Amino acid sequence: MSRKAAAIGFGPFDLKTWGPLLALIGLMVLGTALNTSFLSEGNISNILTRSAFIGIIAVGATFVITAGGIDLSVGAMAAVISGVMIISMNALMNVFDSASLIIACGILLSLALGLLAGAFNGLVTTKGKIEAFIVTLGTMGIFRSLVTYFADGGTLSLDFAIRGAYRPFYYGDILGIPVPVIVFAVVAAIGWVILNRTAFGRHCRAIGSNEAVARYSAVQVNRVKTLTYIVQGLCVSLATIIYVPRLGSASSSTGVLWELEAIAAVIIGGTVLKGGSGRIGGTVIGAIMLTMIGNILNLTDLISNYLNGAVQGVIIIVAVWLQRGGWKNKGQ
Amino acid sequence: MTGKFLGLAAAFAMSLAGSALAADKVKIGVSIPSATHGWAGGLNYHANVAVDRMEELYPNIDMILVTASDASAQANDLEDLVSVHNVDALVILPFESEPLTDPVRMVKESGAFITVVDRGLSQEGIEDLYVAGNNPELGRVSAEFIKEKLNNKGDIVVLRGIPTVIDEERVDAFMAGIEGTDIKVLDMKHANWNRDDGFEVMQDFLSRFPKIDAVWAQDDDIAIGVIEAVKQAGREDELFILGGAGMKDIIKRVMDGDRLVPADVLYPPAMIATAIELTTLNYVSNAPVTGRFILGAPLVTPENAANYYFPDSPF
Repeated sequence: MSRKAAAIGFGPFDLKTWGPLLALIGLMVLGTALNTSFLSEGNISNILTRSAFIGIIAVGATFVITAGGIDLSVGAMAAVISGVMIISMNALMNVFDSASLIIACGILLSLALGLLAGAFNGLVTTKGKIEAFIVTLGTMGIFRSLVTYFADGGTLSLDFAIRGAYRPFYYGDILGIPVPVIVFAVVAAIGWVILNRTAFGRHCRAIGSNEAVARYSAVQVNRVKTLTYIVQGLCVSLATIIYVPRLGSASSSTGVLWELEAIAAVIIGGTVLKGGSGRIGGTVIGAIMLTMIGNILNLTDLISNYLNGAVQGVIIIVAVWLQRGGWKNKGQ
Repeated sequence: MTGKFLGLAAAFAMSLAGSALAADKVKIGVSIPSATHGWAGGLNYHANVAVDRMEELYPNIDMILVTASDASAQANDLEDLVSVHNVDALVILPFESEPLTDPVRMVKESGAFITVVDRGLSQEGIEDLYVAGNNPELGRVSAEFIKEKLNNKGDIVVLRGIPTVIDEERVDAFMAGIEGTDIKVLDMKHANWNRDDGFEVMQDFLSRFPKIDAVWAQDDDIAIGVIEAVKQAGREDELFILGGAGMKDIIKRVMDGDRLVPADVLYPPAMIATAIELTTLNYVSNAPVTGRFILGAPLVTPENAANYYFPDSPF
């Protein structure tokens, strides 16, 4: 097992584990200071619900990045899966009468597409021996063009007859907790178990720290790597299943830059970009933090709108710098 | 798609053959941004419809439609239109004014008739015909409607587009329009002419401000997101939303008398069709067409909405 990712800590306090959480608490203090409505139940619920899309995708990205890969196609994949879901659900209205049945078909189709798209990324990367960066940059362009083509450059809209029945997938709640938050929590919990308690998770880390050594240790490198992209595809599909009912539409501008947000969430959470160690808990916090920055900026008019990107950039860099302990290990 | 490729191949073959065939045909190049968002999707739809219509009506007119994904790709397209196709006229909706001023001037120097659409070039006097929507007018008409509906008094929030000249012009004219009234702008945020951003910004406005009387969303894509956020918060009864552009879903709501969306302000992507038809007239009739053609930004109300409803357009 790699020692590179050994904890930087002093005594029982481990920065790598607790750093993201401290940054999140810091951000919450800032938000409350700027506007008292930040801590209102409605606002917190908005933040958590919104972060579910990026968060679920980022859980998948944690696997890909831990195994030393990268997937740039997730935003475009989310857009094209949303688009195909909408087209096919609209078409199924002529076949079935029951909205629930149509929605079930849409969900199954979405999962199948996510699995296929992930398998494609994985197989071209491993069998084709092409860098993941290039493969997924290519599929990003392909998926993005496909959704533009399907939508004739406009917007695909879900038929209102289905929209009503599908709405609860985003707007509904179970015991007061919004559905997307529950899905996010369940995906994160399953992800945590797979990454930390199974052979597959161990193999991801082994490949990420040293692929050659993993290969000699009888790890099925190509199979594991392909599987990480399939996990990523399934996560994208789950995110789209709760994204589509929000506005009932998809267009070529759906999911733009989600890949960067997902990767940023993973890195803020303490996973190393070059692979070898992954932290699902950190990824969850990273995704919530990214959403929270945007929310805080909307709740205040102290900062010029034109500087929003700059504020986000500074907070991301500072968060990672604190977590890596860059301020106390001068000798490294 | 294949038509475009065949057209290119045919044009290439022709240019090899010394373009003996093409000599008697008038070639008009049309260069527009590709369909990357709703409004541009509508633009592409109306451009295609107009191109087909012109070619069908006038056998001696040959149209070449090219779409580009950014300003530099559009500059490359212009070079091709001159060197490969040797166009007699160019209809262009420039991505950005600055980077495309010189490339368009080069086309002008090749002797072509130039029609510029929607976004002016950085230098006067290059284009023969200028066809444009009216951004300041959109802001002014929006302000008029909100003033009237609120009786000059109330709290509003504003969602802005992508930080560009277009957005500045609209917002400046809007602010000038409500000046001197008791209408207070609680805050303005950029929602980038995007549905998801519109939804999220509006959610945050709703958390922040317990009383909002009206929302100026400026754009119909943003308005779609705003509508959903307002519904989620259950605050449909306290406010109304004004978008802009003329998206079919919003026009439909106005037509049906939706209380939440009582009106819309037009900024029609079909302006590209106006430009294509006027440019063609230059070659098929004696009508003079040089000069400036500025479209209005009429208010769409339940009474007139049917005139602006294009159910077949993607936008």
